Amino acid sequence: MTDIHAELDAIPGTDPYAPLLQVNDLHVEFRTRDGVARAVNGVNLYLRPAETLAILGESGCGKSVTAQAIMGILDTPPAHVTRGEVRYRGVDLLRLPERERRKVRANRIAMIFQDALSALNPVYSVGFQIGELFRVHRGMSRADAKRRSIELLDQVRIPAAKDRIGDYPHQFSGGMRQRVMIAMALALDPEVLIADEPTTALDVTVQAQIMGLLRELQHQRNMGLILITHDMGVVADVADRISVMYAGKVVEEAPVYDIYGRPAHPYTKALLESIPRLDFKGQQLNVIRGLPPALTDVPRGCAFNPRCGYAKEPCRRDPAPPAYNIAPGRTVRCHFWNEVAGV
Amino acid sequence: MTDVVLETKGLVKHFKAVQAVDGVDVKLRRGETLGIVGESGCGKSTLAKLLVGLEKPTAGSIMVRGQEMTGLRGGDLRRARRHIQMVMQDPYTSLNPRMTVGDIIGEPYEIHSDVVPRANRARAVQELLEIVGLSPDHINRYPHQFSGGQRQRIGIARALALRPEIIVCDEPVSALDVSIQAQVINLLESLQREFGLSYIFIAHDLSVVRHISNRVAVMYLGRIVETGVDSQIYERPTHPYTQALLSAVPVPDPRLRGHRRQIVLEGDVPSPADPPSGCRFHTRCFMAQPRCAEQDPILAIRERSDHPSACHYAEPRYLMA
Repeated sequence: MTDIHAELDAIPGTDPYAPLLQVNDLHVEFRTRDGVARAVNGVNLYLRPAETLAILGESGCGKSVTAQAIMGILDTPPAHVTRGEVRYRGVDLLRLPERERRKVRANRIAMIFQDALSALNPVYSVGFQIGELFRVHRGMSRADAKRRSIELLDQVRIPAAKDRIGDYPHQFSGGMRQRVMIAMALALDPEVLIADEPTTALDVTVQAQIMGLLRELQHQRNMGLILITHDMGVVADVADRISVMYAGKVVEEAPVYDIYGRPAHPYTKALLESIPRLDFKGQQLNVIRGLPPALTDVPRGCAFNPRCGYAKEPCRRDPAPPAYNIAPGRTVRCHFWNEVAGV
Repeated sequence: MTDVVLETKGLVKHFKAVQAVDGVDVKLRRGETLGIVGESGCGKSTLAKLLVGLEKPTAGSIMVRGQEMTGLRGGDLRRARRHIQMVMQDPYTSLNPRMTVGDIIGEPYEIHSDVVPRANRARAVQELLEIVGLSPDHINRYPHQFSGGQRQRIGIARALALRPEIIVCDEPVSALDVSIQAQVINLLESLQREFGLSYIFIAHDLSVVRHISNRVAVMYLGRIVETGVDSQIYERPTHPYTQALLSAVPVPDPRLRGHRRQIVLEGDVPSPADPPSGCRFHTRCFMAQPRCAEQDPILAIRERSDHPSACHYAEPRYLMA
């Protein structure tokens, strides 16, 4: 088991003091019949060990594509990474040969998805699918792989794991399937877990179970977590830092308390004002007028300007607002962030 | 009691062994919104279908504006139905992709031909488009030319076509992005004020339901377990299931982290084909006593609760510390 880690540590460029994960100026485009869709348009992110970074945004903002680019599971074509780097401990994964990247992917960076039913293979038992990781990546025997799989299912608290190891995905409930997927992702003890809308398809009481489990496993393992979601309630509960995405860009990045307490980008602010609250009954909801832009035809200047209440002349002109560094650990892509944050 | 526009008594729908809806009493007054919340499989969508007549009840009664709906047939049923219309969850599959928007919204007039004379129908459809915030010029477009939020507006226009008094909304905003959700919720609220509509608003999102509802009913395994005005349900819940459900909803305020009592339920909802004995919630309840496995608690006001709750030990428990 130590061999694989020694092997990974020996990849040229590995720097144990470099950030756990760092994404620089990432660009992904989809070449389609209707033109080139710039799904990810210059994204910067970083993640520290044991930290939870939430990527928050609505459909089509590029949050899932960013995650898939980090994992190296984009379908090419139509998707092409055209610029940028994804550094894991200093090594740029985008320039790593596929054979080595595959090892990093399984052993160091893992991912779970929204829809466990389509992420799991319906024709193999869950025991076989988890065991496969140990057999392929660790060269374990069938018996050992099975024993480890049962341990893992126990850890994600599947009742009577020993009896359920031979069951197929369809025999589990939605919440239990999500647990199976988490078990698979954590099998090889990754340092980074990317969770793409892990609880969106689940009922709220099951969501609470799954988020609690993820938090616990994260603490035990000192694992960095990238949580991709549109749910501002979940984010407020678990995130340390937040990157808000709109039309392929991170428009605001800040520690969780700052985002909710004093949002500095008009989009973040409008989102927060447009959600109904459980803890009090508000008046009319604030509305963000219009629709997000088509990614084949993003507005000039700031992509949010046609929907923005603060927009003025400079917002409609190229170049798009740069990432203003407004406080330690806080950036915002808005020329008028002063006005928005009420500074 | 003349202001009650919809009332069900002992409403039951069984699909073979599956007890999807098992004895539901609801009352809806003119101009109010009754929210119905519950998780997958609690029977809320089956209830919606029963109310608009898309499913026939196994037992029980549904009164719309004082008229019994169950047992009606043919023209009588058709005429009664026009007072209660429905908005569906999925704006992608609930509109026929091969029909124009004008045909979709105008289709109710084909069935109820006496509502608007044929010559005025195009005008009526254009008015409906305008009412829901779409351009009347788009009458000849197809559903795929609209975004999700706009499609939901088309669904709402169709539901309004027969000028109903009651609209049953089954998860009308859950397929939409948050910024679009707010637009549709505000539209539903302004239509209610303008036309004096009464809504049954079914959703799994407790925050959305609180926002829009005057009264709320909580469902679990085919039954209503607690009902009351919104402050009774959200601030003084007395049924352990309601309490667990509310405590599980994440609140968009990081300052509350660690300050809220979270009740995490163990396991999954039991099968509605084989519900537990006694109180249906007792297998997952953190308050359960031996009595709960034997005696089925009725939905009633008890000593320590000011609103109906189906728990022997109903009393308010506060969730904010």
